[in-house]
Amino acid sequence: MPKWFTPAAIVCALMFAVAPILIANAPYESTMGLVQKIFYVHLPSALIFLIAAVVCGVASVRFLFRGNPRHDRLAWAAAELVVLFGIITLVTGPLWARKAWGVWWQWDVRLTASLMGWMVAVAYLLLRKYGGPGSDKLAAGLALFGMANVPFIYISVNYWRTIHPTTNVLPTLPVSMGLPVWFTFATFFLLFLLLLRMRVRLEEQRAQVDALYLSADA
Amino acid sequence: MLRRFLAAIALAALMFGAPLGAQQQPPQQQDGFVPIDQLPPQDQLPAAPLLVTAYSFVVLALFVYVLSVARRLGVVQRELDRLQSDARRRT
Repeated sequence: MPKWFTPAAIVCALMFAVAPILIANAPYESTMGLVQKIFYVHLPSALIFLIAAVVCGVASVRFLFRGNPRHDRLAWAAAELVVLFGIITLVTGPLWARKAWGVWWQWDVRLTASLMGWMVAVAYLLLRKYGGPGSDKLAAGLALFGMANVPFIYISVNYWRTIHPTTNVLPTLPVSMGLPVWFTFATFFLLFLLLLRMRVRLEEQRAQVDALYLSADA
Repeated sequence: MLRRFLAAIALAALMFGAPLGAQQQPPQQQDGFVPIDQLPPQDQLPAAPLLVTAYSFVVLALFVYVLSVARRLGVVQRELDRLQSDARRRT
């Protein structure tokens, strides 16, 4: 592991310890009350879900054009994190919606596109696990669809009639609510970087194992 | 023949019985909007269980994933060590 990994892991653990205090001290939203506090984990996980999909897509494009296995390993690692942060987003969202909107789920553009983006990442992982030889290029092609979906998920609320708030809400948050949400986002982003590094390390070691098996057979 | 007849009656009862049953108790009409804090307790949805479930799920999902990656790293590291020692022994 690189030198920065352990200090960054300690900082991340401390941030995870501080985040609940900031969230608990944030004021209640006037119409939703207590349940709105799900926002402080829902929004950061949703943003990391989108960032991970972009990382996976960019790494896949570079792998397709340059053929460097390092980019393929990065794409694979990011795809797993798309699934992880995607499931967090897709579970915390309905728990909030049940109280705030009165429904668990609605087939509006953002929810449907997010579900599709998550399913593309699941398809990527299944393809890598069971696709056999050549599945790396096929999966990289699939990751492009996942990345193309990201701007659509983000801006969809501004162009379609939906019960999701528009993207204008975030910049207008008061400091008392903005600070916890951006702090939680920074915590999740640091965790994302740490997990990405761990997962890339796993693929590097697997590649070393494959190389050793091949050299033993030769 | 009798079995078919009974099956047809059962099917008809299922098709027409359910809507008739639903019509027996029409929902009460509302004369106006009711503020949420005036709702009877059985109609109010508590926020705390939803909030606790959401936060617990986040912690659990992250914990399980970190454990899963650590376990996989451990397995591959052991295999790598074994292969490297085998290679050293051969040379």
